[in-house]
Amino acid sequence: MAATAFFFYLFAAVAVASAVMVITSRNPVHSVLYLILCFFNGAGLFILLGAEFLAMILVVVYVGAVMVLFLFVVMMLDVDFAELRQGMLNYLPVGGTVGLILLLELVLALGTWVISPEAGLLAAAPAPPLSSLTNTEALGQILYTRYVYFFQVAGLILLVAMIGAIVLTLRHKQGVKRQDIATQVARRPQTAIEIRKVRPGQGI
Amino acid sequence: MTIGLGHYLTLAAVLFTIGIFGIFLNRKNVIVILMSIELILLAVNINLIAFSAFLGDLVGQVFALLVLTVAAGEAAIGLAIVVVYFRNRGSIAVEDINLMKG
Repeated sequence: MAATAFFFYLFAAVAVASAVMVITSRNPVHSVLYLILCFFNGAGLFILLGAEFLAMILVVVYVGAVMVLFLFVVMMLDVDFAELRQGMLNYLPVGGTVGLILLLELVLALGTWVISPEAGLLAAAPAPPLSSLTNTEALGQILYTRYVYFFQVAGLILLVAMIGAIVLTLRHKQGVKRQDIATQVARRPQTAIEIRKVRPGQGI
Repeated sequence: MTIGLGHYLTLAAVLFTIGIFGIFLNRKNVIVILMSIELILLAVNINLIAFSAFLGDLVGQVFALLVLTVAAGEAAIGLAIVVVYFRNRGSIAVEDINLMKG
């Protein structure tokens, strides 16, 4: 139990500290790296909660794909980030007020809230004990049966996002010579060459 | 001492607040705003999985998986829009984004 508490506080402290660094660091590249650290600690918390599959998905999908995409875009765009940071202190009071009020409301809501004793009986898909089924197997068994339509819709969302991102960023440059196979195949001798009679000794 | 549901919910609340605060603090930099949104979604996922673990219900983890999917799609589309905008206008400052006169 003590180890669980130790690791919870470790992961939580590093996650909160790196989240603060994400929003306050001067260089967006550092922001992305701190966000990666934050997600790693989030994955650690997921493992503490017994959700190993989602922890691995978080590391593979978020750290491996989304954050690398962020890093790629930040490094590719040649933006003067120092200029973007100007006036940051002007927004500090408003942002701090809103953040504090929100945090107070959340803490007040948490403080007076208790789980109903019957809540455990209402589970839509009770988690099987770890001795009989691992988390990944249990998740797969309900994801591919009862929630298969949700799974398909998730795949469709990813497909639409992929096509959308490609369509948005694709561009056809003007003035670049490209191969047009249809034109090449449709070429006939009549349009491609011209036959001239050349008389001996005269030239064209 | 044992770690209960309240600990996880408090951590998620703190992360959520940091995300909201980040949106206010970096109002000019659209990339950091996108990163703050990712932080908020991570806080939501921690909430979902904490409830799933402490109530013994796997549906919370299915839901967290779907949230993760939508977040990945949102990041891809958002960054694509940023890249296209930068290509056209040479700037990504939020104040300059007024093409649609909103």
